[in-house]
Amino acid sequence: MNHAYDVSHLLAGLMLVASFSLLYQDRIFAVLNIFAAQAILLSMAVGWEAWTQQRPHLFITAALALCLKGIIIPVALHKMIVRLGVHRDVEQVVGVGKTLLLGLALTSLSLMLVLKITVAADSFTREGLALALAIILLGMLMMITRRNAVTQIVGFMSLENGLILAATGARGMPLVVEVSVAFSVLIALFVFAVFVFRIRERFDSVDIEALENVRGDTK
Amino acid sequence: MMTSVALVIGIPFLSAAVLAVVPGYRASAAGNVLAMFATFLAGVSLLFVDAGASSYVIVDDMNILFIILNTLVGLTTSVFSASYIGHEIETGKLTPLFVRFYHAMFLGMMGSMNVALTANNIGLMWVGLEMATLITVVMVGIYRTPSAIEAAWKYFILGSVGISLAFFGTILIYLAGQKALGEGAPAMTWSLLQAAAPQLDASLLNLAFIFLLIGYGTKVGLAPLHAWLPDAHAEGPTPISAVLSGLLLNVALYALLRFKMIVSAHPEAIDPGPVMIVMGLISLIFAAFMLYQRRDIKRLFAYSSIEHMGLITFAFGMGGPLANFAGLLHMAMHSLTKSAIFFAVGHVAQAKGTQRIAGIRGLSVTHPGLAIGLAVGVFAISGLPPFGVFMSEFLIITTTFAREPWLAIFPAFGLLVGFGALLWRLQDLLFGEPTEPAHKVSASSVPLIIHLGLVLIAGIYLPPTLVGWFERAAEMLK
Repeated sequence: MNHAYDVSHLLAGLMLVASFSLLYQDRIFAVLNIFAAQAILLSMAVGWEAWTQQRPHLFITAALALCLKGIIIPVALHKMIVRLGVHRDVEQVVGVGKTLLLGLALTSLSLMLVLKITVAADSFTREGLALALAIILLGMLMMITRRNAVTQIVGFMSLENGLILAATGARGMPLVVEVSVAFSVLIALFVFAVFVFRIRERFDSVDIEALENVRGDTK
Repeated sequence: MMTSVALVIGIPFLSAAVLAVVPGYRASAAGNVLAMFATFLAGVSLLFVDAGASSYVIVDDMNILFIILNTLVGLTTSVFSASYIGHEIETGKLTPLFVRFYHAMFLGMMGSMNVALTANNIGLMWVGLEMATLITVVMVGIYRTPSAIEAAWKYFILGSVGISLAFFGTILIYLAGQKALGEGAPAMTWSLLQAAAPQLDASLLNLAFIFLLIGYGTKVGLAPLHAWLPDAHAEGPTPISAVLSGLLLNVALYALLRFKMIVSAHPEAIDPGPVMIVMGLISLIFAAFMLYQRRDIKRLFAYSSIEHMGLITFAFGMGGPLANFAGLLHMAMHSLTKSAIFFAVGHVAQAKGTQRIAGIRGLSVTHPGLAIGLAVGVFAISGLPPFGVFMSEFLIITTTFAREPWLAIFPAFGLLVGFGALLWRLQDLLFGEPTEPAHKVSASSVPLIIHLGLVLIAGIYLPPTLVGWFERAAEMLK
């Protein structure tokens, strides 16, 4: 029982570390690699839950996370970036130092909030949930502090990683939901990809800044 | 019950698959209308079956009205869409391939909304809303102009973040129910959660409700989470604006209300009322002022939707049988009126070749039919008697005044500000020197007449059966 506890928190903790390093990476390929690492960690964490909770169907979620988010999506994005020729540094809206401080604040916020509120729940759930919420909030922070369309996509998917971690940590949550989450990620990529290509077509850049000049109403 | 629900969900999805391979826009537009008509009949058939709940679907007084409203507006919008899309093809704004895609997506969106409305499993409800959101994102970007892509991108980012937060809230609700209902499906079944509400974990419920309010509140378009809404309305095809305002906002609010019912049934959990009152009032007053600065006709009515969703949220925040009744009635009235306005606006924008208010002048001279339709719609939405919107707004203000006199000042003030803005803009649109160009449009006036007719009838006489439903649903909401 103790092992189960330690390993699942180790994996969740490592995912959180990955979230932090996503925040300060300034090269786009490094961002993709760390995201892939986070997805692989997620699949390990989900696989571990499947093993310890005796819920074999969770292995499907683990396999989906591994194949789709660990391999297919990073490779596809990598190829796309090479083809679009945008593999330069990633501009940030907020400086690295400030972003990391904000990340720390968000992490402590989620730890204090969840640990305080879930006193009645078992410690498995509550600490897993606290870490998952931190990953979700860091994913959101990444979406806010990046200008580049690709890094916003990665931020969103890292947010989804946190969601899946939370969903599998909630013991006995039905499969329907996990499959749907995995499914929605697939659709999300589809939609995102369409947009990235269209943005490229129109602006010769995947920089969101190019879009911000377009306002239907201000003039 | 199961057959009717299966039809309400199945018909749109199956027809979407069929329309995806039907070439020719006339055939697919007709197919769209036909499919929506069949869905509407399936929705009406729910009236004749017993209410009940299985582990995945539920039919009760709360959602039956929304399902029928959803299928009705879907049907009329498909009729409007047929004439609208015909014009878009003629002017070359959309190619036949995109139109085929558009029709399949339209039906997919209607099906997803019906999934969310009939779901008894809170995970399934989330899936329905998520799918409807993703589909509308694609639809908003369908013109592929820079501003359409910007709108779709903004909608996608904000919508996904909102919907992710709602999912986290859903997980928390499951955790709150786990102790009382055991692991597995029961703790995600709404009817069981509602029945066991007093035994749920109060602090988890509180946290869950905050996440759900922010998450689904983004989809409802509550300020300050509304940023996607005006852009998405302005840049997408107008039939999509009509269903966005008329239906999707309602479905998101419906999901939020289901959770509010669970939370308010718990004696120790937070009272959702004050939070909803504050968010509702902020949206209402903010949007009312924003109406004055709008230069784009579709954005104008998008802000008006934020205003009305704010008012509705305020009404449910007040709670009590009368305010809930008024809130539900206002949801139905707003849905019918706003989609009717978008039907008129869609043809107006096509006739004038622009959505800029400055480019649309003297409609009463060049297009008297459209001008009358638009004027009646704007009169109705700005809350003039004898329309149904007047009745629901009047009920909301009076019941607030009776209980918290000082609080009634805020919604009344917001509504007056919005009223002024809409009438001022309407005058600009209808009168003055007519602007060029003034194309002829073959407008189908039937959807507009049906909607505004229903709103007018509701304002004069509400049938007792309808009142009964609203009362029972209001009772469920406490």
